[in-house]
Amino acid sequence: MMQRPGIIQRLVRFLAESPAAVAAFVATLGALVAPAVGLAADTGFTSAVAYRDVPVVGSRNLVWVIAQLHLLLAGFVLGVPIFAWLCEVVGWKTGEKRYDKLAKEFTKLLSSAYSTTALFGGILLFILIGAYPKLMAYLSDIFFPSFMVYCALFLLETATLYMYWYGWDAMSEGGSKVFHLFLGFMLNFFAFFIMIIPNSWATFQASPVVIAEGSDLARAWAATWNPTWWPVNIHRLIANVVLGGYICGAYAGIRYLSARTPEEREHYDWMGYVGNFIGVFGLLPLPFAGYWLMREIYQYNQQMGITLMGGFLSWLFILQAMLIGVLFLGSNYYFWMGIAHRIPGSEAQYKKPILTMLVILLLCLGVWMTPHSLVASLAEAQKMGGTHHPLLGVFGVMSAKMTVSNLMVLVTFMSFLMYWQAGKQATVGWARVAKAIMNALLVIAGLAVIALGVYGYFVPAIIRINYFSTSQVGIVLFVLVTFTLLTSAILKSAKTTTEMVWGRMPPRAGYALVLNAVMVILLMTLMGYARSSSRVHWHVYGVMRDSSQYAFSPALGYAAVLMAANTFMFCMIVAFIFWVATMGDKAKPAHGGKEKSGDGHGALPAMAGGSQTLDKQI
Amino acid sequence: MGMLTKPAILLVAMYLFLKFVVPNIPGSAPLPASLIFLYLMLVTAGIVIFYTMSSESKDAFWGPIQRFLTGENLGVLSTARYALLVLFPLLVGWQTFGSTAVSDAPPAENRTIHPAPPGEYTGLSNPVSKTPENIMQGKGFYAAFCSPCHGGNFDGKGPAARGFNPPPANFSDPTTIAMLQESYLFWRIKKGGVGLPIEGMPWKSAMPRWEVELPDEWIWKIIMGEYDGAHQSPRTWE
Repeated sequence: MMQRPGIIQRLVRFLAESPAAVAAFVATLGALVAPAVGLAADTGFTSAVAYRDVPVVGSRNLVWVIAQLHLLLAGFVLGVPIFAWLCEVVGWKTGEKRYDKLAKEFTKLLSSAYSTTALFGGILLFILIGAYPKLMAYLSDIFFPSFMVYCALFLLETATLYMYWYGWDAMSEGGSKVFHLFLGFMLNFFAFFIMIIPNSWATFQASPVVIAEGSDLARAWAATWNPTWWPVNIHRLIANVVLGGYICGAYAGIRYLSARTPEEREHYDWMGYVGNFIGVFGLLPLPFAGYWLMREIYQYNQQMGITLMGGFLSWLFILQAMLIGVLFLGSNYYFWMGIAHRIPGSEAQYKKPILTMLVILLLCLGVWMTPHSLVASLAEAQKMGGTHHPLLGVFGVMSAKMTVSNLMVLVTFMSFLMYWQAGKQATVGWARVAKAIMNALLVIAGLAVIALGVYGYFVPAIIRINYFSTSQVGIVLFVLVTFTLLTSAILKSAKTTTEMVWGRMPPRAGYALVLNAVMVILLMTLMGYARSSSRVHWHVYGVMRDSSQYAFSPALGYAAVLMAANTFMFCMIVAFIFWVATMGDKAKPAHGGKEKSGDGHGALPAMAGGSQTLDKQI
Repeated sequence: MGMLTKPAILLVAMYLFLKFVVPNIPGSAPLPASLIFLYLMLVTAGIVIFYTMSSESKDAFWGPIQRFLTGENLGVLSTARYALLVLFPLLVGWQTFGSTAVSDAPPAENRTIHPAPPGEYTGLSNPVSKTPENIMQGKGFYAAFCSPCHGGNFDGKGPAARGFNPPPANFSDPTTIAMLQESYLFWRIKKGGVGLPIEGMPWKSAMPRWEVELPDEWIWKIIMGEYDGAHQSPRTWE
């Protein structure tokens, strides 16, 4: 007997079908609230209350949680359109419909997440106005012009997303497809500015530029163009792609694990691969962007730099190394499993290279994770002659860290190249020579990176930072670009010896994708805490002191609990959004009549502990 | 069980290497348990990754463990399975006891060696010109005031060094003063151990507060002498 859906279900379905409507509502709300903040500042009214607390949780914790969730959602929402649009372009250029379908699926996740992001932005704004009125009045006074631009951009972004998502099928052919691609481009264009404007508010708090004279616009512009603005913009842009890629990968991983038909398994296996590829693609340049950001922070203020890299926050960078290490290992593991499972018969051929790459990655990770000052008992410290180990202490400084991070990027890139070439045989005559050159280049590049790293200990810091580290990055980028071009040219006319078979990955591949997503979320929560805590007891560094009861840096253990809680909450929110987004998909077969039964083994989803069954099938 | 032998040997060999070989390398010292644990975890992760790459290797690796845990056709090993059933909770209990029992040993060291300097010291530059005379004078001051602890060779091995824990800094190590700006050293020399912020554990440093005995100019000269004598350069942005 058919039952009428309940009010909650209808509401959820409405949200699933009209996320942009919710986004528009929230954006309008934000647009109305932001000028109110500015007007409050204009009237010259100064709040007698500088701070308001929130019972039980505490205002700082509440802001921390909401800001982090908003930022993570925003990262996803701003990262996904980049590769969704690129996928659409690839589909349009090559005529392969699967890319278009994938781009649409990415956008479906995006449209659902967009409204939630705006909702958290609105909540954050209300809490900030309520809990930190003095700070908000000060920031509004400086940034009022950019508040206005931000609101306008938000409305434009929402309208563009409306047209982009709802017009997908209507604009699928001919000239209208070109217009649809243009909309996708504009979506990214607005999204970029939506990202960099709030970045200016946050980076101003860390590295303020305050001018006493000039128009409102001049003051806002000076404050916006502060020393850490562009390093953060670039770092976040890349990180958003990484976050978006890995979350889409995790979505595909879960859909793969719960797939009921071979078609679904094939599709989500491929989508998982694309998600992982995008994540890795962004991950490769991310350490370089992070290094640039830290360099700028050091140059801006030695005290802040040391607080981060040598002071009490320096332990976060060991945790960061662990998380990035797991991310690198997880991504490579997924590539390697792809070779073993999707390309029949290739496992034996690639076993040794994989083992070599794994050993190099682990050695590098070992160096990266080795702290300069070790955690040691009194007896152990006495035996070492302090907390620096006389031999392994050299691994604890930037020269070593930069070297191994570059090597890990190289190895991960080689993993991808190996995957790319697997099951294909070159037909061009010069392929053998090109491969020999590439092998030689790889060895030379690896040795050069190590040599520069070792020599870095014997030169002044400025030489190492300005020349050696940048040379290391340059060498790796050279390899990345050269090898991509050469391999692409070789494979253009290559013969496929073994066809890649999708949908044969074991369940652990899906779990690896989920693990990668969790790692990248944890990483962002960790570095969010680092960036924010580097201001120590200042709302605006050196300008406006935090005089609230929370003007202290939370202990690392306490912070770790909040980071974990934020990660958990974000995962739950994303799971909810995805559940809502895919509700329509599940309803379609039910309404359409018989569901495709597949080969009969779809009845036991791997997520429900059916992994062994799936293992036996492959 | 063949597939499990190699990883087991690898783990044991790695432990023995870290525990007994590394400390005996010239110039080395025993590794703290935290670092050994970290490296062994990495090796374990590597083993799991490698052996679960393909279905065949995963079955060969995980199969014996699964059979042992589920008790399928174990034969003589079934006794070992029961032994594990008893030993595992005991191990967990022992670990829990070890980590929660009252002990007279101090907690593991978590001292920040290079805490951030106060704002008034950041951005200071050495007002004394770098002439050979000033450097020589700085070395002379260093010999008089600093070398008893930090050593005549700038290696932290002065005659009084053995009496201190933590030991005096080794300036010839490229991971110490070469990583810092001159203004940082000025702060450290001037304020000494007692002037460290809490995260630097001011009660753990015996460094005197030299501002009560030396004028600023002498301190700047000492800094120049230290860098020159240790063959290091201060961190700069130019």
